[in-house]
Amino acid sequence: MLAALIIVFREVLEAGLFIGVVLAASRGVPGRDRAVTLGVLAGLAGSVVVALFAAEISEAFSGRGQEIFNASVLLLAVVMLTWHVVWMASHAREMTARLKELGHAVAAGSQSVVVLGVAVASAVMREGSEVVLFLTGIMMQGGSNAAALALGSAGGLALGAAVSAVVYTGLMVVPLRRVFAVTGALVTLLAAGLAAEAVRQLSNAGLIDVLDGTLWDSSWLLSEDSWPGRVLHVLIGYIDRPTAVEVLAYVATIATIYLLSARVRPRPAAAKPHAAAPSARPAGLPDRDAA
Amino acid sequence: MRHVLTANGLILGAAALALVLAAPLMRAVAADEEAEVTISLKDHKFDPAEIKVPASKAIKLTVNNLDATPEEFESHPLGVEKVIAGKGTATIRLKPLAKGTYKFVGEYHEETAKGTIVAE
Repeated sequence: MLAALIIVFREVLEAGLFIGVVLAASRGVPGRDRAVTLGVLAGLAGSVVVALFAAEISEAFSGRGQEIFNASVLLLAVVMLTWHVVWMASHAREMTARLKELGHAVAAGSQSVVVLGVAVASAVMREGSEVVLFLTGIMMQGGSNAAALALGSAGGLALGAAVSAVVYTGLMVVPLRRVFAVTGALVTLLAAGLAAEAVRQLSNAGLIDVLDGTLWDSSWLLSEDSWPGRVLHVLIGYIDRPTAVEVLAYVATIATIYLLSARVRPRPAAAKPHAAAPSARPAGLPDRDAA
Repeated sequence: MRHVLTANGLILGAAALALVLAAPLMRAVAADEEAEVTISLKDHKFDPAEIKVPASKAIKLTVNNLDATPEEFESHPLGVEKVIAGKGTATIRLKPLAKGTYKFVGEYHEETAKGTIVAE
């Protein structure tokens, strides 16, 4: 039972951390809850399908199918998260204002919400398919301990969901003025970690074979097998034995998001009131803080 | 002037990202440079559990899962995590290894599914 709990928790933890950060990063975005819920449901459905076709996916592209599939899903998430951070950079002002005056509507939100849903779906699908496969195995084995294993799995699922809630609540204490700067940075690191993971998958498939020597080994200091190592791996993409090309992908993702955000971020002096805001007090006004 | 993010922005971002990531020249390793090893998994145990491979040579490791249950081949030292379907086969490509011992496990049955690769 404990083994099942640990395995399921490990997988759910990854998706849970991801969702916690994404939720915190999109506070005040209209339709966020619905998008994230739909994302989770779509991800769950996707993970069942992926688990069903695990053999076919694996055997595609001369045995490289699984890596190519994983890399594609990871890169899709990277693009979605990039889009979200950049979108938030151009709207953070309105969002912050909206959070201060509850009920104040922000018209433009639909784009970023779809992006969030897709990102969440990709994370749930990746981790979920492994849980589904593991549970399928348990059910096939049957026997007297199947119930205990199922119970352990349920416990793992609940723990993973709890972690998601803790991360979200933890990020709620960030002061409103800073919240989008902090969560933007977190999502950027999350995306960078996924990009490095995608590169690792392509490298494992033999599709990238340059700069693939190990750059350093910090497993003696913080092993990826340890719980802190696992959490950091999910949150900021920590790898204890990274290759040069993985580090390159990591840095390139951060640079891309940073440059795109800088390009769209409205300058304080040039910021105009949001055209679609019906309120008499426009959302774009300078912060009248400490409220 | 307020910049509004458009679909162009997304395409630009995606293209930039794809370029950066694809830049390290995607090349497939020629098959004839690889050493091939095949192992099987039965009753949640690897057979053989110890694999000897030449060091400094790419390896194509084939794992035949003879069990009906799925398994996940996992090795942090090797940087590999790969799902193997029940009664399925997985191909794991390993970069040329430095001399040494590398552990791997079947994540779903870690107590029994254990093995090592010895590069010499």
